[in-house]
Amino acid sequence: METILEVKNLCMDFGGLRALDRLDLDIIKGEIVALIGPNGAGKTTFFNCITGIYNPTDGDIHIFRTGKKPERINGLKPNQVTEKGMARTFQNIRLFPGMTVLENVMIGRHCRTASGIAGAVFRGKRNVAEEKQVVEYSYTILKKIGLERYVNDLAGNLPYGAQRRLEIARAMATEPFLLLLDEPAAGMNPHETKELDRLIETIRDREGISILLIEHDMKLVMRLSDRIFVMDYGRRIARGTPDEIKNNPAVIKAYLGEETDA
Amino acid sequence: MVTTEGIKRSFLISLWFMFLTFPIMVIRVNTIENVIEWRWKNMMIVGIGSFFLSFVWRWLIGRKEAGRKKSESGDSIEVPPGQRIMEDRRFYVPGLIMLSIFVAVFPFVFSAYQVNIMTTALIYVMLGLGLNIVVGLAGLLDLGYVAFYAVGAYSYGLLNYHCGLGFWAVLPIGAGLAAIAGILLGFPVLRLRGDYLAIVTLGFGEIIRLILENYNEFSFGPSGIANIPRPGFFGLEMSLSTATVYLYFILIALTLFTVFVVNRLQNSRIGRAWIALREDEIACQAMGIDKTKTKLTAFALGATWAGMGGVLFAAKTTFINPASFTFLESAMILSIVVLGGMGSIMGVIVGALVLILLPEYLRGLGEYRMLMFGITLVLMMVFRPQGLIARVRRTYKFEETVRQDR
Ligand SMILES: Nc1ncnc2c1ncn2[C@@H]1O[C@H](COP(=O)(O)OP(=O)(O)OP(=O)(O)O)[C@@H](O)[C@H]1O
Ligand SMILES: [Mg+2]
Repeated sequence: METILEVKNLCMDFGGLRALDRLDLDIIKGEIVALIGPNGAGKTTFFNCITGIYNPTDGDIHIFRTGKKPERINGLKPNQVTEKGMARTFQNIRLFPGMTVLENVMIGRHCRTASGIAGAVFRGKRNVAEEKQVVEYSYTILKKIGLERYVNDLAGNLPYGAQRRLEIARAMATEPFLLLLDEPAAGMNPHETKELDRLIETIRDREGISILLIEHDMKLVMRLSDRIFVMDYGRRIARGTPDEIKNNPAVIKAYLGEETDA
Repeated sequence: MVTTEGIKRSFLISLWFMFLTFPIMVIRVNTIENVIEWRWKNMMIVGIGSFFLSFVWRWLIGRKEAGRKKSESGDSIEVPPGQRIMEDRRFYVPGLIMLSIFVAVFPFVFSAYQVNIMTTALIYVMLGLGLNIVVGLAGLLDLGYVAFYAVGAYSYGLLNYHCGLGFWAVLPIGAGLAAIAGILLGFPVLRLRGDYLAIVTLGFGEIIRLILENYNEFSFGPSGIANIPRPGFFGLEMSLSTATVYLYFILIALTLFTVFVVNRLQNSRIGRAWIALREDEIACQAMGIDKTKTKLTAFALGATWAGMGGVLFAAKTTFINPASFTFLESAMILSIVVLGGMGSIMGVIVGALVLILLPEYLRGLGEYRMLMFGITLVLMMVFRPQGLIARVRRTYKFEETVRQDR
């Protein structure tokens, strides 16, 4: 039982609005953890806070990497967080539409490579080797995700489901220890959702990447997750295994409204 | 195609145009006899002309829409014929050979005037390619690019005046100083993008120009610096015509160098980071790219070429003053990039040649020259917003996917 991410007492205020209210969350190595809650509960805000897009008002975010000292990552820039090994996808797809599918994934390799301007212009041995390695690594990931037939297509031209998976591929290219997926199944048809379900499990089992996932599709959440955290109005209202969550009165109340008697 | 609806619309358009052009096309004050001439014939021409042109316009727009629908429904992306030719070895190898021969004999066949114009155009090719890094690749709308051009030109002018440095010594120094200026501008605008960035860079360009204009002790004010030497060749004395040809070849060499560097950059790790920054700044950062560093390198590298262009400009005209570095110049270079095709090297080259050479050759049209120029730009933006030659991303081949590769 090795904790890899520990969030304590996280608060985020937007002016007068408290979007995150003393939130605690932890992830153990190899887990698939789901973060659920009604619309506007603050799930995306939580992702933005731990990935450096927002600087949280209060609280601590610690990561624990094998063989490294624990680190507090509050206030780091998004690219630094990614470098440390947490990569994310976005609720409303944010690919690089004018770049090819392969290039999108190659961008993920940026923080694991080092070629500079001189390298690019003179194309020394090291640079050529690195470039080749980037292309091959990225292509391997595309094959794992099942997007290899789109390699040279512009990302903006892909079908919706494929775009969602490309976001996952791009995040994986950064070699994360934790993958943060913001509603990966949103807008997918049942068939695509099923494939995604399998894909997420494969990523965890084969690549050993832990996963934190925001999702509204309860079937997917209940089937995939080892543990579930439930939020409402920026607060954590429950946590536990899928079975515990299914029968948790607070959760039912949050989802179905006040009038339901638990 | 000619419907009552269409006729009605064209009629309204022609009325509108007659109204708009009324003051300039119809009324003329004859100051000698102190009477007003009413040129109703002009009004009729405008009316009838705009009536028919509006049909043509609608037809062209309709065709464009139809073309877009087709490319959206079918998933095969049509490659324009121009691009196909460039990708086909059978065409581009002989084409390239012919082009090189033309470039090599150009100064010996054409007059010094032509060579001079071409040299100017080549300076703009360099400037365009430099700005293309900032605007086309990194997507940072820089309206003050001319500032770096001025830094380069004044580096040469001043270093030559005070320290007696020659062209070849100043070329790298000017480029370096411009790069530093690029970084200096880059820092304060790191957080800005889009319109805000455009406005601040615009201001920066004006600041540099105003400093040059008003700081007499430093830059000799509006009177500028004269007698800047042309590029030397191991101390050889050159006649004016030889010097012109020599400068032309220097520019050809530097343009080739620029194309080489930019081409390598745009498909490199840094180049991809620039493009990612342009496409989506937040996603770009979230994928581990340092926004600060990436933006600053784009600004610095873009400015480097402006600096070199400036040194060359000073060497070509042998005289510089602040009037050469107005906002109009920035706008011109930006037009080259946008019209040619943002992010496309070929596009920028063609754009620079068209935009610089066209007005020269249109001199025959007299005052209508700039009007034609404006109309060309507007038409281009309506019918080919991606520019003359749109960028194409590099494709990669893998054994397993050769079948799918186009
Ligand atoms: N940048 C911001 N400025 C002000 N308020 C914000 C900002 N971002 C989010 N909010 C507010 O914070 C609350 C939580 O939003 P958030 O997007 O995190 O919800 P969510 O749980 O992801 O919802 P959904 O399921 O709809 O995606 C909302 O009330 C939202 O309006
Ligand atoms: Mg959300």
